[in-house]
Amino acid sequence: MLAANGPKSWIWWHWVRTHEARIWQLTRQHIELTMIAVVIGLAISFPLALLARRWRWLESPIVGVTGALYTIPSLAAIGLLLPLTGLSRTTAEIVLVSYTLLILVRNIVAGLDSVPPDVRDAARGMGFSPARMLVRIELPLALPAIVAGLRIATVTTIGLVTITALLGPAGGGLGQLIYDGLLRDFRTPLVVGSVLSVVLAVLADLGLVGLQRLATPWANRRPG
Amino acid sequence: MHFFSQVLHWFLNGDHWRGIDGVPHRLFEHMSMSAEAALTAAAIALPIGIGLGHAGRGGVLAANLTNVGRAIPSFALLVIMLQLVGIGAWPTYVVLVVLAIPPIVTNAYAGMRGVDRELVDAARGMGMTGGQTLWQVEFPVALPLVMAGVRTATVQVVATASLGALVAWGGLGRYIVNGIASRDNVEVFAGALLVAIVSIATEIGFAAFQRLMTPKPLRNRHESTKNVAFAGLAEAADPV
Repeated sequence: MLAANGPKSWIWWHWVRTHEARIWQLTRQHIELTMIAVVIGLAISFPLALLARRWRWLESPIVGVTGALYTIPSLAAIGLLLPLTGLSRTTAEIVLVSYTLLILVRNIVAGLDSVPPDVRDAARGMGFSPARMLVRIELPLALPAIVAGLRIATVTTIGLVTITALLGPAGGGLGQLIYDGLLRDFRTPLVVGSVLSVVLAVLADLGLVGLQRLATPWANRRPG
Repeated sequence: MHFFSQVLHWFLNGDHWRGIDGVPHRLFEHMSMSAEAALTAAAIALPIGIGLGHAGRGGVLAANLTNVGRAIPSFALLVIMLQLVGIGAWPTYVVLVVLAIPPIVTNAYAGMRGVDRELVDAARGMGMTGGQTLWQVEFPVALPLVMAGVRTATVQVVATASLGALVAWGGLGRYIVNGIASRDNVEVFAGALLVAIVSIATEIGFAAFQRLMTPKPLRNRHESTKNVAFAGLAEAADPV
């Protein structure tokens, strides 16, 4: 097998070694595109979730609009933005952010809703203001549900980043390797890009689970 | 404003409504491919999900299938499949089927496991056999969640079918991919509008159908049946 390793193999190790710098650079771009999208997504979803909880009638329009964004395929989203923002990183980020919103809003609302009413009553009885109650009581208790949403949003975004390779060097991350493989009918970059993208998704997921364990030590205690 | 009038003219141009690259043919390609893939996936995934749920086995597999599917980019899967089975409709078809299976299995399993154990015990106590319990008690009760999985998968298939154009297949994604290649933003935008409308219409159509099929007293009772457009998406579907 190894003796026959060449340009036609699924993985041609010589290519991997000579393109190490590019592979790392694209991996970094992939991580950057993902992190920016998830952070902006969180920054938009959080106030939306609080609005939906404060005024319940707002929940359906918020879920409707973020749901419609979620349903539009990324290829179409890119197409709709192209005349406006062109082949740019902005286009890539708008597309990526638009898919995180539904997941994050729903999970933040579900998390805050799961706080037991007696806990809230007790906090109110102790004289907590609504803002202080949100930060000190409700958010910590909602954290597992929020992190669950964050995990789905992050893993999903890592996969979607690959399609933004259509935008040229501004987007794509490891997707650029997959796109190279497609255009040049060359398997090695295709395999490297695909495998590293899955590895990133798994690592991000495990990392978020670890962070949650650290942030909610009370949730790890076994009952009894 | 000029740009939008160009897009309008694209749609009014008779050439875009005729022949193999016309909207009717591309729409037909898109929808027939989606229907075939969704039906194939349902034929494979429903027996697995319902069987596992009925037997109460394989919960870890059923629950995690969707997560595994989420980590694999559909774009990567398409290009790998192109390398494996060659050019044509097959890579797109295979990828659509593969991606549609996890949400159907996961939902069917969850639906069957969610059936009240007392109901099953009562059915057994009345002398029903395993098969009778399955088809006359468990399955009808689980149906809303089972259908939710099929709906989620179908919406996802219709959306993913647009990526088929990247691996030289047709469908509505063709206009976007061609337009990007020839730097024709009008064609890109027109194609993107078509893909977006078809995807959203599928989701809304399925939600309406599901609502129609739910007996009136049960509507809005179960949060989990989600027969409102977009409401159930975040749990099982993945954007593409």
